Amino acid sequence: MKLSVFRLSYWNRRGISFRSSIASLDPSFDGGFSGKSSIFWLVIHALCCLISLILGFRFSHLVLFFLFSTSVTNLYTTPFLSPGSGGVSQLLRLKPLETTSSTVKSSRVVVGRHGIRIRPWPHPNPIEVMRAHQLLVRVQKEQKSLYGVRSPKTVIAVTPTYVRTFQALHLTGVMHSLMLVPYDLVWIVVEAGGTTDETASFIAKSGLKTIHIGFDQKMPNTWEDRHKLESQMRLHALRRVRDDKLDGIVMFADDSNMHSMELFDEIQTVKWFGALSVGILAHSGHAEELSSLLMNQVKSKGKPSMPIQGPSCDSSQKLVGWHVLNTLPYAKKTAAFTNDKATLMPSKMEWSGLVLNSRLLWKEPVVDKPTWVKDLNLLDDSEEMDSPLSLLKDPSMVEPLGSCGRHVLLWWLRVEARADSKFPPGWIINSPLEITVPSKRTPWPDSSSDLTVAIKEAKSGQSATERRSGKPRGSKSKSSKTKQEPKSF
Amino acid sequence: MKFSSWILIFLVCNLTVSTISAFRLSRSQPTERISGSAGDVLEDDPVGRLKVFVYELPSKYNKKILQKDPRCLTHMFAAEIYMQRFLLSSPVRTLNPEEADWFYVPVYTTCDLTPNGLPLPFKSPRMMRSAIQLIASNWPYWNRTEGADHFFVVPHDFGACFHYQEEKAIGRGILPLLQRATLVQTFGQRNHVCLKEGSITVPPYAPPQKMQSHLIPEKTPRSIFVYFRGLFYDVGNDPEGGYYARGARAAVWENFKDNPLFDISTEHPTTYYEDMQRAIFCLCPLGWAPWSPRLVEAVIFGCIPVIIADDIVLPFADAIPWEDIGVFVDEKDVPYLDTILTSIPPEVILRKQRLLANPSMKQAMLFPQPAQPGDAFHQVLNGLARKLPHERNVYLRPGEKLLNWTAGPVADLKPW
Repeated sequence: MKLSVFRLSYWNRRGISFRSSIASLDPSFDGGFSGKSSIFWLVIHALCCLISLILGFRFSHLVLFFLFSTSVTNLYTTPFLSPGSGGVSQLLRLKPLETTSSTVKSSRVVVGRHGIRIRPWPHPNPIEVMRAHQLLVRVQKEQKSLYGVRSPKTVIAVTPTYVRTFQALHLTGVMHSLMLVPYDLVWIVVEAGGTTDETASFIAKSGLKTIHIGFDQKMPNTWEDRHKLESQMRLHALRRVRDDKLDGIVMFADDSNMHSMELFDEIQTVKWFGALSVGILAHSGHAEELSSLLMNQVKSKGKPSMPIQGPSCDSSQKLVGWHVLNTLPYAKKTAAFTNDKATLMPSKMEWSGLVLNSRLLWKEPVVDKPTWVKDLNLLDDSEEMDSPLSLLKDPSMVEPLGSCGRHVLLWWLRVEARADSKFPPGWIINSPLEITVPSKRTPWPDSSSDLTVAIKEAKSGQSATERRSGKPRGSKSKSSKTKQEPKSF
Repeated sequence: MKFSSWILIFLVCNLTVSTISAFRLSRSQPTERISGSAGDVLEDDPVGRLKVFVYELPSKYNKKILQKDPRCLTHMFAAEIYMQRFLLSSPVRTLNPEEADWFYVPVYTTCDLTPNGLPLPFKSPRMMRSAIQLIASNWPYWNRTEGADHFFVVPHDFGACFHYQEEKAIGRGILPLLQRATLVQTFGQRNHVCLKEGSITVPPYAPPQKMQSHLIPEKTPRSIFVYFRGLFYDVGNDPEGGYYARGARAAVWENFKDNPLFDISTEHPTTYYEDMQRAIFCLCPLGWAPWSPRLVEAVIFGCIPVIIADDIVLPFADAIPWEDIGVFVDEKDVPYLDTILTSIPPEVILRKQRLLANPSMKQAMLFPQPAQPGDAFHQVLNGLARKLPHERNVYLRPGEKLLNWTAGPVADLKPW
């Protein structure tokens, strides 16, 4: 009953002229008929319902349409292929009855049911996909030329580095960021302790134009001395920029920093000297200590905030001062040595937050060079410079970048391994490891005895290594055949 | 003599330099002037070119209806309400009906909403008829021309046919009393009963503030090739497909649902407007009626509209050259949509984007509150001004009657 009422309301909604032909037939409309005819129509109706249920479309609709319509024009039930490339199969194409009814002018658009056109091979043509991608590239190029930087300058990235455990980790990050920069790039890598082949081979993988400079001092162990040495290394690179007369924008890409791509778009707008906001992700070996610091912050301000070093402006977007990290809360707990687990704090004004036009460094006179820059020969004399701000006579002429420091475009996080840590060169293990000890939770059931045996034999020395290396392999082959659940200890 | 000739030469040099610099200035903007078949008319100012008299109808025709359901202010048929508000405070309005060129009847026929928000048109013919009877009996201006210098805003699915189903709408035809009036409607399809000769097609209402608040920086690269969000099958009313959108939307789905270039789905993402700004082509297929607010959204967000609706008449078709701006695809060519779109040369695409970037184009599609120069209200007035001066047959001879007041279905003749 509900079904027929549903279909009735459905037909009502459609309001097609089928109604006129069907109305007289549908037994739910008229109750007046009695006897055999009503039973007959009920049976037909039930049969049609069943068939529709099975076949999934309105079979009865079609049957009645066939029987009682006067102007059936087209009916295609089999797919046909039109001549030429590709065919279109039409599921069902019926022209409605109203072609005879009143439309004042003949329209080529007909009302009523249309087929859903599906082409027989609906997958994309690879040539067309390539063309679409070329269109995308062309549109994006046009967008860049309209809304992006007009005349992009070369980016000169200065990175001080030295061979250490985490050098590969940090350098990979910087390298990949620099490889993605859409502008011309010169990468100046200054290495403490002289140039090494390891570093050279690493940076050669980048495919960028690199200048590898060696600096003849080794990296000291205390953080304070390290900061000083890194400043000297950067100065050394600036001297190279001056001597080679490199033209572009100098930015300091420390290898432990994280750079966003918008940074490189933003520094293109620098005229002479710009300052960015650097987010400080202070790190502590003691996780509890830092979390307690954060908790204090939350209690006082309500939201844990990330400290930021950078320019600060007043409401008219002019530079009025600098946000500098407040190191007092951490004063007693800062790390002094590289092996310290305490929080490592950045220096007062990080080099990486400042960018400068390389023409500031040139010896030769440059058009429009501002007068608030100190004489560059000081570069040769002074071996120490805390931050490039000391190059300026007037630090208020610095241009704030990143919508006046509100956008944080790079992050400082200094994570280093212990100075005495051992690591395989290039992080490649060529020979099998000396001692293999199965882990505490192991899927191999027999290895519980191996564990205690291994510990004992490790103490005894090297002689047991050959035997040991055979055992785990053996248990491996055993367990590969039988499925075992991991034993919990 | 010599001195004046030197002055002349100096002036000529100045002029050429200034035109060169002006030319260079305009070249830095990525837009092109838009001129349709009526000429470069998008930026015309209608003030001074026509006068409109607004009838004071009792509030049961407009204000009371709006009070009953304030949703009418934000749905896509809100143009009729904002048109009245604009005209009431516009300089083209005149309080003296004797000097008016056009007469406006503010009746909200599309404000009787279901709980879902869809307007029911069943009472609209009676409401319109009752309003016309009122103005015909209280003012002499209707009978003077039998409505030929009156205009009405009928933004519903099929305009003045007052029904949401196409067959029913065709069966009813345009309300007989509106036969001589000018209709301002969103529906437009060539050779269709419900599109009267001389109607002005307007875009559907889209909330301007909402769209402005979702703008993203223009240098965000456009990385989506084709974008569409909406229904392909109207499962409630047409489960098998074939009726809804004349099968065109279903064809789009069946042919391109696996194509990685086509970002199409039925979801309702919160980043709909932002995604449109990252797409090159936005599909604007027909639904139950050929028009849709997607066209307005595509124009505002700089996405080239791909219009899949046979014989559609787009808004302000005489002022805006839609052929140059959008891509028209016949419904029978929908299975080859990817071939068609990828074979468009890049210069053509860039030119279309430049035309879309023209601010007067975007302004012409919007109904901002308060009205701004060049917006859709002004385009409607410009269209009305282009129809002036009225022809001689607009004014009837005394005693001449052309309208049949008793035509139409019997149910429409009941008073409202």
